[in-house]
Amino acid sequence: MAEQGVASVWRRIKAIYTIQGNMCKTCGSYYFPPRPVCPECRRKGKLELYTFKGLGTIYSYTVVRQAPEDFKRQMPYVIAQVELDEGTRLTAQIVNVDIENVEIGMRVRACFRKIKEFGQGGIIAYGYKFEPTMKVTGHKEKSSPKQKEP
Amino acid sequence: MRNRVAIIGVGMCKFGELWEQNLKDFTLEAGMYAIFDAGVPGSDIDGMVIGNMSAGRFTGQEHLGAFAVDMGGLGDIPAYSVEAACASGGAAVRQAYMAIKSGEHKVMLVLGSEKMSDVNQTEAMNTISVASDWEWEGMFGATFPALYAFMARRHMYEYGTTEEHLAMPTVKNHANAAHNPWAQFQSPVPIDVVMKSGLLADPLRVLHSAPVTDGAAGLVMCSEDLAKKYSDTPVFIEASDQSSDTLALHDRKSITTMNAVVSSTRYALKEANLELKDINVFELHDSFSIGEIILTEDVGIAKKGEGGKALEEGITEIGGKFPVNPSGGLKARGHPVGATGVAQIVELALQLRGDAEKRQVDGAEKALAVNIGGTGATSIVHILGR
Repeated sequence: MAEQGVASVWRRIKAIYTIQGNMCKTCGSYYFPPRPVCPECRRKGKLELYTFKGLGTIYSYTVVRQAPEDFKRQMPYVIAQVELDEGTRLTAQIVNVDIENVEIGMRVRACFRKIKEFGQGGIIAYGYKFEPTMKVTGHKEKSSPKQKEP
Repeated sequence: MRNRVAIIGVGMCKFGELWEQNLKDFTLEAGMYAIFDAGVPGSDIDGMVIGNMSAGRFTGQEHLGAFAVDMGGLGDIPAYSVEAACASGGAAVRQAYMAIKSGEHKVMLVLGSEKMSDVNQTEAMNTISVASDWEWEGMFGATFPALYAFMARRHMYEYGTTEEHLAMPTVKNHANAAHNPWAQFQSPVPIDVVMKSGLLADPLRVLHSAPVTDGAAGLVMCSEDLAKKYSDTPVFIEASDQSSDTLALHDRKSITTMNAVVSSTRYALKEANLELKDINVFELHDSFSIGEIILTEDVGIAKKGEGGKALEEGITEIGGKFPVNPSGGLKARGHPVGATGVAQIVELALQLRGDAEKRQVDGAEKALAVNIGGTGATSIVHILGR
């Protein structure tokens, strides 16, 4: 692993730490991770940086029981596709939850955690994972609040 | 009349964990087999393409074009490798197809090859995982099986697909491979064994997943007007099509359908001037059993959501209306990633020639192969005919 993660994580740090992606002013689509070109509008697109609110719903999930070396200590862990309230999806671990309670449709919010170590001598990467909102607020959110234009 | 591209020779090595052979040994074996099968003098071959995903990481060797030409004693002909993750083999076939179609080449050797067992299982899995979006999926802990598990979970949620359904492709494909002397696994496996095998990423289990395999496959291809000179039983490529989709699975509107498969199949059928009902035998990319279920739907054998039901009804068995993976598929024939796309074409050519022995689909006239890269970001479809 070149530079053991230093440069490859550092240059993405805004996106990984704050869930910063972009939003196309032309078509209103949100993108995470940030894209260089809006695939809907191409040259007519007008991408602006956008920091996601970090709230979403589990779209699909699994429990990883065979993992690469860098994740072995976390096994078994839940990983999911989270549909953010703005309408785009990302892939992240779900933490602070019992495996058997995870379900499609579960409301989750972003939290800041250690992601992995780049081998023994490499850096420790931090970034987003998600946890059930219920663990934080104490009650189930019925549905996702309608997203307002920024 | 259009000048089609013909397949005049096919060859394979026995797939498996080939401890006694290195990349060179079995790649050469498959290539020689294809050349002998074609009856083509080596001096008539004027170009070579090899499909390979990651020899650099698996074995430390790249530059496989020159590597294979040198070892095969094929002189100074142009050669290069092509990479499209698990669709590298299909991409190699398509490259040769286009080269011959353009008139630039006359007779070409196509190889697909991968040596996976020289690294440990974890490293093999890491290497496969880079077929998805490493920075935004892999780095966050999504293994390759985890991504297919997302599809499986969502398919179960949206369409009521069951764990029995997930086990059925494995049972069918192992039964087929029992009659394939080239296959890695030639013994049937009962459904309860599949359903009790160890979990990789819920709900996907070890026996839902294609194995780590070493192996190579080869084809000799030429233009239609030359084919008669070399072969009494040429098989023709009626269509070759390819589509792309987002690299990351989370960027797709739906993860229970592969748009690249839907469109490339549609283009291919149109190009071949055929309808799906005209196709007699299929090889569909079953790196995970949910993949076969989704592809069964996306090529149009079953309605969306009813891929499991099609398996239940036996439609995709040999002897059914639309036999899928008579070779045993990736699950049982084995999945040396770069070789798979070529091995699919080898099987279908044998089926059309009537040389598939005990796994023969009777009277097969038209055949279709779907070779997938990553989680469906690349789809390559070939239609063959007699």
